[in-house]
Amino acid sequence: MPKDGGIGSSPKRREDIRFLTGTGRYSDDINLHGQAYAHFVRSDVAHGRILSIGTEAAMAMPGVIRVFTARDFEGAGGIPCGWQITSRDGSVMQEPKHPILAEGKVRHVGDPIAVVVAETLAQARDAGEALEIEIEDLPAVIDMRSALAEDAPLVHEDLSSNLCYDWGFVEENREATDRAIREAAHVTTLELVNNRLVANPMEPRVAVGDYAAHSDESTLYTTSQNPHVIRLLMGAFVLNIPEHKLRVVAPDVGGGFGAKIFHYAEEAFCTFAAKALRRPVKWTSSRSEAFMSDAHGRDHVTRIELALDADNNFTALRTETLANMGAYLSTFAPSIPTWLHGTLMAGNYRTPLVYVNVKAVFTNTVPVDAYRGAGRPEATFQLERVIDKAARELGVDPIALRRQNFITEFPYQTPVAVQYDTGDYHATMDKLLEISDHAGFEDRAADSRARGKLRGFGISHYIEACGIAPSNLVGQLGARAGLYESATVRVNATGGLVVMTGSHSHGQGHETTFAQVISDMIGIDADMVEIVHGDTARTPMGMGTYGSRSIAVGGSAMVRAAEKVIAKAKKIAAHLMEAADSDIELADGRFTVAGTDKSVAWGDVTLAAYVPHNYPLEDIEPGLEETAFYDPANFTFPSGAYGCEVELDPDTGEVTVLGFTAADDFGNVINPMIVEGQVHGGLAQGIGQALMENCAYDENGQLISASYMDYAMPRAADLPMFRVDHSCVTPCTHNPLGVKGCGEAGAIGSPPALVNAVLDALHRGGHRVDHIDMPLTPARVWTAMQG
Amino acid sequence: MYDFDFIRPASVEDAVAALATDPEAIAFSGGQTLMPAMKQRLASPSAVVSLTGIAALKGLRDEGGRLWIGAATTHAQVAREAADSYPALASLAGRIGDPSVRARGTIGGSLANNDPSACYPAAVLGSGATVVTDRREIAADDFFEGMFTTALEEGEIVTAVIFPRPARARYEKFRQPASRFPLTAAFVAQFDDGVRVAITGASEGGVFRWTEAERALTGNFAPESLDDIAPPDAEGMISDLHGSGAYRAHLVKVMTRRAVANA
Ligand SMILES: Cc1cc2nc3c(=O)[nH]c(=O)nc-3n(C[C@H](O)[C@H](O)[C@H](O)COP(=O)(O)OP(=O)(O)OC[C@H]3O[C@@H](n4cnc5c(N)ncnc54)[C@H](O)[C@@H]3O)c2cc1C
Repeated sequence: MPKDGGIGSSPKRREDIRFLTGTGRYSDDINLHGQAYAHFVRSDVAHGRILSIGTEAAMAMPGVIRVFTARDFEGAGGIPCGWQITSRDGSVMQEPKHPILAEGKVRHVGDPIAVVVAETLAQARDAGEALEIEIEDLPAVIDMRSALAEDAPLVHEDLSSNLCYDWGFVEENREATDRAIREAAHVTTLELVNNRLVANPMEPRVAVGDYAAHSDESTLYTTSQNPHVIRLLMGAFVLNIPEHKLRVVAPDVGGGFGAKIFHYAEEAFCTFAAKALRRPVKWTSSRSEAFMSDAHGRDHVTRIELALDADNNFTALRTETLANMGAYLSTFAPSIPTWLHGTLMAGNYRTPLVYVNVKAVFTNTVPVDAYRGAGRPEATFQLERVIDKAARELGVDPIALRRQNFITEFPYQTPVAVQYDTGDYHATMDKLLEISDHAGFEDRAADSRARGKLRGFGISHYIEACGIAPSNLVGQLGARAGLYESATVRVNATGGLVVMTGSHSHGQGHETTFAQVISDMIGIDADMVEIVHGDTARTPMGMGTYGSRSIAVGGSAMVRAAEKVIAKAKKIAAHLMEAADSDIELADGRFTVAGTDKSVAWGDVTLAAYVPHNYPLEDIEPGLEETAFYDPANFTFPSGAYGCEVELDPDTGEVTVLGFTAADDFGNVINPMIVEGQVHGGLAQGIGQALMENCAYDENGQLISASYMDYAMPRAADLPMFRVDHSCVTPCTHNPLGVKGCGEAGAIGSPPALVNAVLDALHRGGHRVDHIDMPLTPARVWTAMQG
Repeated sequence: MYDFDFIRPASVEDAVAALATDPEAIAFSGGQTLMPAMKQRLASPSAVVSLTGIAALKGLRDEGGRLWIGAATTHAQVAREAADSYPALASLAGRIGDPSVRARGTIGGSLANNDPSACYPAAVLGSGATVVTDRREIAADDFFEGMFTTALEEGEIVTAVIFPRPARARYEKFRQPASRFPLTAAFVAQFDDGVRVAITGASEGGVFRWTEAERALTGNFAPESLDDIAPPDAEGMISDLHGSGAYRAHLVKVMTRRAVANA
């Protein structure tokens, strides 16, 4: 039994009190004395040459302080990209400049052209309309295949083409893979689209820049998942402000889902303008702006081939993907279709040969970058779809086909570079079939048939790689940053303590979970532990939260720092009890000398550390505060079996999700309630992608799903009660908590399960439909049924 | 939003006068269509003339067996108070938007706006209701003139709608996945002298009567009566991100059948 409040128990989330009572402090709640308002004037065409920007009339409008254009940023750098990919021919990717404000050309609807700063937001908007902007329309490239055509217009004229890179992985596997596919007993081929999504966090992005003339210090309040990364990128590469003169604060953040990882132009703008104007400058995104300026997700077009031998063993896998980068390279964009996608292509299966080719393409669309799952959902989707198709072609059970090819021995070296440390895929599959009542499915299907409906069951088995690491490896792969995490544990004199973590919580509940771990390690009440995050002035340099890395990497750093604290505290305790360090044990907040009844309380030791009257000053320093930087030895590899049960209305094509079951192996679980919440959220997003969400452009590059009138977000009523389980546990072998991460799993495993379920329903109804591209809207399903 | 004046008259005469004196002024009822347009700076009235302070424009009452609904009556009130007198209409009103939209949006605003995907126009046309304005009465068949276009003159205010009460009726709505407005919806009403079928959401011309279905159902008010009728021509149906014209035409028949079955 887990201890009350400790690891494995589910105390309620302490942060929810402020979120639910309206006392949270979000970036938009920050209003500084003398603050001015920024309004971004954005391109309404996808591609055009800026002929002139007349600012005179706008400058004369009431309340206008200044109008900024690209000219104001001549000394500043472009917004940097954090990852460099090398193409198959050895050349590095084409990397265009990403200016803060458009220079010479606009390259997507929403590209910022100018900014008006005024006393009020309304005045700034009024003046924005008075700007005289002359743009010569240029033909837009939207579709990726046309973007790669010989005579395609160039998104960036200083590049040789719209191809960012052409990546092969693992290039040494290519010929052998081609041969295996040629010689296979059976090859299943599938072409599919992974639909473009808009992240849509509940809180839109905000940036507030501030400048203190007396200290020459700049402060940026921003809706970020990783304030230290923003400080480094913006300070060193864009605005040339040294870190010691720049503070970045990401206070309460209302959801990120990836879209708040990246460094955005608005952040650099507000920081720059605050200094230029000697006034705080605030920008709050409207929802409409969010649609055309937050980085989008997914947008892959893929052809996948799966080769099998005569006994249905997978022998080779080959995929070719076009990945949309949008008009500029967002912070992590190049890494998503490559290192977060290619490395997962083996899935849970013993496929000896895998070859992945990815061509990244520039188009006149909003930049595309990580969105919950980032690359891994795209990999899982192709693989789990092509396996289902193969099973149908071969007339075998899709579950049996998966089981036959599961990896069962660990560690397992995949043909795509990574090594899985642990897992038990049969266990999660068994668990799924049990809790989804798979055995009762045929009865339920008969019941649906009797009501004129089609019922289907679909499955997927995913693997995820979390806590991308180690840094020396990712450096070789093109990362321009480290991927460790940091924590400082500062113990106060009376025994309470503060953990300052480089991770960031924007809904995940770190303040609760991290405190549970510390409470367990020391044996003190979790209320004595404060978790501080999101402020570069208070936390050590850390990489933030994305890629389900917080507990696996940030939690590990915290454990290491706490271990150092405990080791030192034991020395102090040994001194107080006149015993040897090695004899001291810590349990339930007391230090005892092993085998005796001598003990001192945690609080006595912490007090001695700061009031060192009786203290081994000749051996150790006073104080009790330690920092650790943790760089993992490997990724962690959560996995799981997902099952979806749908009912389809053949009259309308409407799909109702009746049941969704997730059996995950997350390794050790700190707070089961929070883990379930993470899975629920991920499932909602995955089902949203599979069923209704779609970011669509017309051929001229106009965003036609630019509001909630046309971009369909899932609602509670669209989702069934989820059945989730995490009782299958193979602890991670290389981090101190044995944890794997759970943030993205739901969004990774669910789309293929849903699509497989709909196709199962269709086949049961006699409709021989091989594939439908997401989202499976009623119109698309009905159209597919018409043949 | 741009700057504007807010006028809240207490009578229809004052409202009409306010609209007549300022051509840039606009009637404002629940604001559920107008307010988003103003916030996005797509509408820039010099003044909004609020109708919600006019008692004569609110409520429901029986008028010689017909149901009178004031133009400024909210969807929520119709959903509540027409539940006995006209259940199909109450059910339609109760499925518009979400609770906050229903708490403010009004029948008069919906009709004056005549969104091709709005719900109420189907009920008004499908019931053969009468639209009453500050100056005349307009039969439903003459009121709707195409997408976002009505017979209303400049400055004319809808004051009420009068519904004859059918023997049986039903509204079936297939939702557009994002906005949850009708992608296609059918209002079917059976009167002593015949059946009316009105379709919304589907046509580029806005709400329309599906006369072939009306004839077939007048003969026999049963879903099977539609079996041999082809859906309306896909030509002229709305085709967009959420469905082709052919899909909408198909849905016209499916929703009409369901409305008949559930009436
Ligand atoms: C989130 C959301 C979901 C919605 N879902 C649906 C839905 O599912 N189905 C549906 O049918 N509608 C839906 N609507 C629209 C809603 O029903 C509106 O209330 C309705 O379209 C307009 O009514 P209103 O009273 O708000 O009009 P307003 O916004 O006040 O006015 C609309 C227009 O009508 C004019 N006007 C208003 N009253 C009068 C009058 N008495 N005489 C003359 N002109 C007048 C105004 O000048 C304006 O041009 C939705 C709206 C929202 C915001």
